[in-house]
Amino acid sequence: MTKSENKTPKRQHGPMGRGMMGSGEKAKNFKKSMKMLVKSLKPNYTSIVFSLLFAVIGTILALALPNVTKIVSEEIFNSISQNISVNLQKVMTVSLWLVCMSLVSALFSYFQGFILSGVTAKVTKKLRSDISHKINVLPLKYFDTQSYGDILSRVTNDVDTIGQTLNQSLSNIVTCITMLIGSLVMMFVNSWQLTLITLCAMPISLILVSIIVKFSQKFFIKQQNALGEINGIIEENYYAHNIVKTFNAEKRAQKDFEVVNKNLFSSAFISQFLSGSMYPIMNFISNIVYVLICVIGGIMSIKNPVFAVTIVAFIQYMRTFNQQIGQVAQISGTLQSAAAASERVFEFLNEEEQEKESKNKIKLDKIKGLVEFKNVSFGYEEGKPIIHNFSAKILPGQKVAIVGPTGAGKTTLVNLLMRFYEIDKGEILIDGVSTRDMTRENVRALFGMVLQDTWIFDGTIRENISYGTPNKSNKEIEDACCFAHIDHFIRSLPNGYDMMLDETSNISQGQRQLLTIARAMVNNAPMLILDEATSSVDTRTEIMIQKAMDKLTQGRTSFVIAHRLSTIKNADQILVMKNGNIVEQGNHEQLLKQNGFYAELYNSQFAE
Amino acid sequence: MLKLLKYFKFIDWILSILVVGVIVFQVYLEMELIEYMGNIISLIQQHAQGAELTSQALWDVGWKMILIALGICVSVIVVNFMASMVAARFSKKLRTTIFSKVNSFSMEEMNKFSTASLITRSTNDIKQVEQTIFMTLRMAITAPVMACFAISKIIGSSVELSWTTAGALLVMILLVLFLFFVAVPKFSQIQKKTDKINNVTRENLTGLRVVRAYNAEKEQEEKFEVVNKDLTKTNLFVNRVMALMWPGLELIMNGLTIAIYWVGAYLINVSAIEYYTMVTFTQYAMHVLMSFMFISMLFVFIPRGVVSGRRINEVLSTKSKISDGEGVSTTEENKGTVEFKNVSFKYPDAEEYVLKDISFKVNKGETIAFIGSTGSGKSTLINLIPRFFDATEGEVLVDGEDVKQYKIKELNKKLGYVPQKGYLFSGTIKSNLLYGNKNATDEELEMCLKISQANFVKKLEGGIDYEIAQGGTNVSGGQRQRLSIARALVKKPEILIFDDSFSALDYKTDKNLRKALKKHTKDATKIIVAQRIGTIIDADKIVVLDEGKMVGYGTHDELLKSCEVYKEIALSQLSQEELK
Repeated sequence: MTKSENKTPKRQHGPMGRGMMGSGEKAKNFKKSMKMLVKSLKPNYTSIVFSLLFAVIGTILALALPNVTKIVSEEIFNSISQNISVNLQKVMTVSLWLVCMSLVSALFSYFQGFILSGVTAKVTKKLRSDISHKINVLPLKYFDTQSYGDILSRVTNDVDTIGQTLNQSLSNIVTCITMLIGSLVMMFVNSWQLTLITLCAMPISLILVSIIVKFSQKFFIKQQNALGEINGIIEENYYAHNIVKTFNAEKRAQKDFEVVNKNLFSSAFISQFLSGSMYPIMNFISNIVYVLICVIGGIMSIKNPVFAVTIVAFIQYMRTFNQQIGQVAQISGTLQSAAAASERVFEFLNEEEQEKESKNKIKLDKIKGLVEFKNVSFGYEEGKPIIHNFSAKILPGQKVAIVGPTGAGKTTLVNLLMRFYEIDKGEILIDGVSTRDMTRENVRALFGMVLQDTWIFDGTIRENISYGTPNKSNKEIEDACCFAHIDHFIRSLPNGYDMMLDETSNISQGQRQLLTIARAMVNNAPMLILDEATSSVDTRTEIMIQKAMDKLTQGRTSFVIAHRLSTIKNADQILVMKNGNIVEQGNHEQLLKQNGFYAELYNSQFAE
Repeated sequence: MLKLLKYFKFIDWILSILVVGVIVFQVYLEMELIEYMGNIISLIQQHAQGAELTSQALWDVGWKMILIALGICVSVIVVNFMASMVAARFSKKLRTTIFSKVNSFSMEEMNKFSTASLITRSTNDIKQVEQTIFMTLRMAITAPVMACFAISKIIGSSVELSWTTAGALLVMILLVLFLFFVAVPKFSQIQKKTDKINNVTRENLTGLRVVRAYNAEKEQEEKFEVVNKDLTKTNLFVNRVMALMWPGLELIMNGLTIAIYWVGAYLINVSAIEYYTMVTFTQYAMHVLMSFMFISMLFVFIPRGVVSGRRINEVLSTKSKISDGEGVSTTEENKGTVEFKNVSFKYPDAEEYVLKDISFKVNKGETIAFIGSTGSGKSTLINLIPRFFDATEGEVLVDGEDVKQYKIKELNKKLGYVPQKGYLFSGTIKSNLLYGNKNATDEELEMCLKISQANFVKKLEGGIDYEIAQGGTNVSGGQRQRLSIARALVKKPEILIFDDSFSALDYKTDKNLRKALKKHTKDATKIIVAQRIGTIIDADKIVVLDEGKMVGYGTHDELLKSCEVYKEIALSQLSQEELK
């Protein structure tokens, strides 16, 4: 009954497909996706087979009920006809049988549900864990081309859809098929003539339904479009509320809104009306069949009055049969969305992972901090190198400034140093050892990193600061905070170091930056990668950040993505980047003398 | 929810009453259909006892039944038509009302609800209410009507059998209540736990580089496992409880049928009922159960609608605190002046003042700039001029008159406001520029683009007719800013307000823009909020704000000497020699 079109505005199919939870998306390859899904159920095959077996038994028992009830009816009917007392003993025996059958049937259906819930829980949990694990083994390259929202919806929505499908549709399919076949058989057993009448009506209602669907589909799409349009107008006007106000444009906005609102009204009304009309029409056909069964059954009982009892049982089977036909449409809708969901999930799980590393690699622990780039070439896309044959030698303790206009690819160097991306040619050596000969883990442990988009996770301040190095003492943490000029601020917060941080925490950008500096401090890696803040921080905090960063870089080989003149001027080496490539290198004076790109950049940005 | 019913027009009420009428008729017909079926069985029964039965007699009943079936079909379609109409009309009305309401809000009300929440209330919540109205008109009326008819039918047929139905009903209600109280509270828990999963995953994704840099993948996965386990456990519990529902309901219905036949057999022996009564009774009894089932489902649906209704009503019942003044007549000599007289401001319900005792005056054609660290109150200060907020104490004067005295429209006509986020509307660049002044000529537009340094427009496909996507996402941040500056210029206002509108421009463009502004908008008073010293260095007056107080007032050179905060800001951005 959940008509949840508001949640999934983009669904394309008409009201027939409004399943219990259909997301409306279609899988690109239905068969393949379903195969994958079925394969992922492998460890649970036994449970599934058992539960489906239970479903079949439960359904067959339920299907038998009307026909067994017929025994009672016949006894009653015949007694009345012959004007004798009903044999109550017989009625009781049969009734007790009936009670047992329905009890067992209910029990079996519940067992089925119980087992399948367990399977569903196991499978969905595993899928979620797999996705979560996968996130951490995929190369960063993947994420730089995918939106987070997309991956998030795979973890939650898609896995949920799969879960619901397993939980309901799997048994629904089996029950539905059993019911369809079973009720058809029972109908034939009771009366083949009446069965034929029932079957004749099927194509008629199918034709009527498909006509309505065709009509309503048109308006349904119209409605979705109007809905999208009106949401657009609403969003636009609310976000630009100040503009609308100061430009005295409320009336105009309202006028535009009315036009779309009217469109939405008419399409919403018509599509609602049409899709709502489907049920009464199908019901009408089913009622006609009902009447025909009564009348023709009646005519048949002129010769054999006890046939009246069969009519009653037959009507029950006929209703069941019709219900199941309706179910088929719904199930196919859910299967479609389940296929789409599992396609998305497995697509993600089958993405190529970063290459596995062998264990026998060199492990560097204490290093001096000599970093050497040797003929490094790299490109984000194959065949399109952006860094060509780059070489540089950074002595222990030196500071390297990476400069360039926005979009010049300054983070590329960070990506390579940290082995977030693998270089195509050449090598990067740390204390003479190629980073290729070390594990990624080892390389990363050698660097502390402070990025501009400060990352704070849900947890206490203390947890946030000791991230990745959980065994640090309170004193070490607090010392680091003093060092980062954030200790005082933390102590002024409710609960101090134990305050829980989350998305909504009222911690300014600047303070976040200081926290991440403290985090790098606690981590105490021999080398550093820093990204200087730009404009989002107020002046005073900026000075504090600057001081903290300066302290942090003392005695450490450091790479700074620099925006600040003083940093650049004091750097031992400057790498100038443009369009992804390193175009110049040297110190401030040397580069100015070259009068190249750096000089141009310097003059345009810093000379007033 | 009920409060929203005042948006029901007369015709909606008429339609709703008609809906009730037609539904009563429809349910009556449905009951009749069963009655006639009983007639047929009864005819056969009498035939078995010796009475004559012709197929003509059966067809007589059959035709009536077909007519009834047709009547049911038509009634349902009519009900559906009217209910769809009422629901669609209602949501249309509601959308219009809420949209114009939000347009009337000041920033205070916008902030109170938050823009995102207002959007949800204007879209999803309205959809939810529409659905609820539709469902109410169809199910919520049908179910009780059906229950009444069916109950009267069963009691009319046989009191003894009615007791069996009452028993089944009781068991069913107990089952539903059990599910309702055990499983339903867990639904919101599932939602919360899903949010948690989302959070942890988002955390991992946004911090991907940090996670890997700190080799903390394990830590992250363990965190995920904890919430994953938790969610799975709750999910499993709910699913296992809910799995009781269908087998349970089926058991109850089957049980009832068996009971009716069993008890019926006894009743027939004492000649209390006939066979056909049992048959029709069973069907009526099923209708009783079904209608109660529907009623209990309403308890799940309607609360959702009520919550949405409440959320909409919250918006509709909020009045904008800022309303038109009586209107003013300004004098030529005061034209273009903006003056703050001992202005203080605090947000409603806040304890601390955001601005305290601010006074300054700027004359026609002058430029005044505001600088200070984030949170110093710069933006809040200029928000008082277009009355996004009203000053708590003191007076804000434009053209010598208190802004509260103006008709808001009149006040806005004088102002050209450029927000920090250059928000553009979908349409073309031209339609955006014409936003404040429909009558501007192409030459004027071109001039304004030139002043705002928006030369890039020429390079775009279609130039000034370039299509802007929703939210202006197909131009860069700096380009958006320049276009929204041009948009304000097209209005030719007396007073230009720039709320940190140069932040996304590079230094060179910033400089050229200021030069052009000086040259071409000589008569306009310019009020600038900025982060960069460079942007304001040659303003006529600079106000330095620190924690809501004025700590400096003067020109760049004066302030460098006299104002410690200003000096600190300046030094952090420019080196000693560059300041000279």
